[in-house]
Amino acid sequence: MRDGRVLSGSRQMNTQAVQRPWKKAALADRVASHVIRFCAFLAIVALILIFVFIGREALPLLTSQEVHKEADLARLLLPQPASSGGAAGFTWQPVSQTPKYSLLPLFVGTLKVTSIAVLIAIPLAVAAALYTSEFAPPLVREVLKPCIEILAGIPSVVIGFFCLMVVADWLQGVFGWTYRLNAVTAGVGLSLAVIPIVFTVAEDAFTSVPQAFREGSLAMGASAWQTASRVVVPAAVPGVLAACVLGFGRAIGETMIVLMASGNAAIISWLPSDSVRTFSATIAAELGEVVFGSAHYHVLFFLGAFLFVFTFVLNLMGRWWVVQLQKRLQGGS
Amino acid sequence: MRKGTGIGGMFMVSMMALACAVIVAMVAIIIGNILLHGAGGISWEFLSRAPEAGMTRGGIFPAIFGTAALVILMTIAVIPLGVATAVYMHEYAPKRSRMIGLVRLAIQNLAGVPAIVFGLFGYVFFTKFVGAAIDRGLYGGELVYGQPAIVWAALTMALLTLPTVVVATEEALRAIPQSYREVAYALGATRWQMIRRVVLPQATGGILTGGILAVSRGSGEVAPVMFTGAAYFLPELPRRLHDQFMELGYHVYVMTTQSIDVEATKPVLYSTVLVLLMLTFLLNFTAIMIRSRIRRRLRHDR
Amino acid sequence: MIDEPQIARPGEKAQEDGSIRSEALQVRHARQQILKGITLAARRGEILSIIGPAGAGKTTFLRCLNRMLELDTAFEIAGDVLLDGRSIYARDVPVAEVRRRVGMVFSIPVPLPLTVYENLAFGPSLGGAKRNSWDEKIEAALRAAHLWDEVKDRLQEPARNLSGGQQQRLCLARALVLRPSVLLLDEPCSGLDPVSTARIEEALQQLKKDVTVILVTNNVKQAARASDRTAFFLFGELIEVDRTESLFTTPRDRRTADYISGRFG
Repeated sequence: MRDGRVLSGSRQMNTQAVQRPWKKAALADRVASHVIRFCAFLAIVALILIFVFIGREALPLLTSQEVHKEADLARLLLPQPASSGGAAGFTWQPVSQTPKYSLLPLFVGTLKVTSIAVLIAIPLAVAAALYTSEFAPPLVREVLKPCIEILAGIPSVVIGFFCLMVVADWLQGVFGWTYRLNAVTAGVGLSLAVIPIVFTVAEDAFTSVPQAFREGSLAMGASAWQTASRVVVPAAVPGVLAACVLGFGRAIGETMIVLMASGNAAIISWLPSDSVRTFSATIAAELGEVVFGSAHYHVLFFLGAFLFVFTFVLNLMGRWWVVQLQKRLQGGS
Repeated sequence: MRKGTGIGGMFMVSMMALACAVIVAMVAIIIGNILLHGAGGISWEFLSRAPEAGMTRGGIFPAIFGTAALVILMTIAVIPLGVATAVYMHEYAPKRSRMIGLVRLAIQNLAGVPAIVFGLFGYVFFTKFVGAAIDRGLYGGELVYGQPAIVWAALTMALLTLPTVVVATEEALRAIPQSYREVAYALGATRWQMIRRVVLPQATGGILTGGILAVSRGSGEVAPVMFTGAAYFLPELPRRLHDQFMELGYHVYVMTTQSIDVEATKPVLYSTVLVLLMLTFLLNFTAIMIRSRIRRRLRHDR
Repeated sequence: MIDEPQIARPGEKAQEDGSIRSEALQVRHARQQILKGITLAARRGEILSIIGPAGAGKTTFLRCLNRMLELDTAFEIAGDVLLDGRSIYARDVPVAEVRRRVGMVFSIPVPLPLTVYENLAFGPSLGGAKRNSWDEKIEAALRAAHLWDEVKDRLQEPARNLSGGQQQRLCLARALVLRPSVLLLDEPCSGLDPVSTARIEEALQQLKKDVTVILVTNNVKQAARASDRTAFFLFGELIEVDRTESLFTTPRDRRTADYISGRFG
């Protein structure tokens, strides 16, 4: 393959007998080129395949008559009459005489847990990131950054275990709730999983603010805090937004912590101390028992497709904001 | 640097320092707690024997073996694929082509896909589609690969950790001075020769870092393997690609949530968690050490 | 006694005088014309130096002669370059072959992160030639680069350990191991002390009867003392080329005179 556009000259060179080892090298080069291009292409293919295959299993929910006997989009989203003819409600009870597939309990559960997680994680992580970037003595940096890396490396099943075994008891000891495993327990654990990514992205954003910005502010007599709050933070806003969005995406997609520490009860309650069930935990808990090809199966895949698309969009937003941040900082300086 | 002047400023700064302290404390508490309750149970026997008496005694060797086997298979798949992708982006694609952007976008989005979605994908694509096809083609319809198997779990995990390897390799490639490549070309090397003889040897440290980080993630994530091959209790160790396997993380999950007598299994549980934690911790630590040594060496050379 | 490097290439037809010639060579980059049609030749037995201010296109021109320019796909090249009467841009000519016949030394010494020996053996090893045949060629190249005595006991050391001047001579030897017909040097002495510079210039003087040498230099004085013919480039054009003494004493073009006398540069 020829690089560049070359308008070749007049005469042809005699194809002299190029020695065989060089020819072997040329062949190896061509083969390697094809193999490498193919491998890189696989990354794109993989993403497309995920989209296709999960979508394929989710689609019957919208299109198949067979599935519609049990569940359809309306039944997922709108209130359904209770089986015994009582008041209309939202229930998630796929395994019962008349399966009920309302998504609202799961939605409420997901919202509760992720809100708690994000409410804990974002302030902590952003504050720590700002501190590390602007104020911290080197010693603190040497301790905190490895801590964050360690936290990022702790498997979520371990965090879930810790919440279930320890945090649940503590919280119950302090607050005296009815249920040990509830949205708060799971939320606390989830925040541990979210903190590393929020911290990393936010800290990157803060440190990429050019030093010139700070120097300008300090030269005018502002204190370090005033500089940080009035110059650095506003400049880094797209990056901080990206951090929040990516953290939120992480929280929504996380499974093991919620599976182990949330109590797994699909109820509608706005009380944080009640057990909850999230989308991801539902999939994990029920896919093992489901009949391949049944309506329940397709509903679970529908949830999976929703998670995939939602986190995909969140990711794109996050990345877009990071790009905006870079543009803004490079344009200004 | 002058600290915040005025009460407001000083208050905010100390709140931020408090946030740091809280994070550090949380990490310390988790590790401390697990260390405290789990260290007692760790012994050579624990690590080398199979579970007994309903998981209340014995060891977790099969889970360790299964995790190791999973991770080895995953590495065989993910390292060549990840390195090739990074090499393509950095060495092959024309400078401002759309392909680089597309591949990078794909990798970034793969990195954001939730682990449970990977599990779903692994289940429906590898076991139900590819596995079933293999069964039809090679085994005349007999159920061999069309069910949870260690090879499918490994491939699912490889997809999950692909971005880690790609990012680490790219970082390594970027650190290699362009002049090395020019020298190789000027001496008559083909592009592949240049990559094989100059670039890849220099990038080995970064690739190793990426591989170790991938292994660390692969040994800790549970959701992707729940439906693609992990099992709670198996009488034998996995020997063939289509066998199921026991895994440390999955073991912890099931034991924690479905054990009949939680109190009795508590010691074993804690020790298992400690083993898993130490494993991932050790791997991460090694990767970070290698990476900082590489970065230090690069700073010297410049 | 210093060995002469033997330049003999297998299976060559007539006209192997190592001459290299560009014909109306044009280069465009991002819609800017970098070279505006250069026709220039160099042959064995004399060192051709190319002088001119920064941005004149000297390095760009040089990189066309061994097809290194096309590594950046943003460049568009038109015209031709003939080596021994044959076009190096012809479709059936392997690029790697051209680069082996036309060697290059860069302005900064770039030793590969290998031992001295491995650096020198890199070129031949690409073709998988027999190891035994390398040692003679390596010694010959080191002698031609005036480096043999200094490194003959240090061949297994990392090349990084050598001094700057030694590293650049190593790069020169490395290019010579392949026994190229033409040697291109792009400001090779730019970071070097006068002693190392003198060594390299001596080495080139002895090489010129076996290898066609083209030397790009920013240092007008170096061109004056080290070359036999000099070409003056300005804004992508070849303004004039002549025997070095003539060019420096009686330049035909006013711009040449101005540049040489330092009125601009």
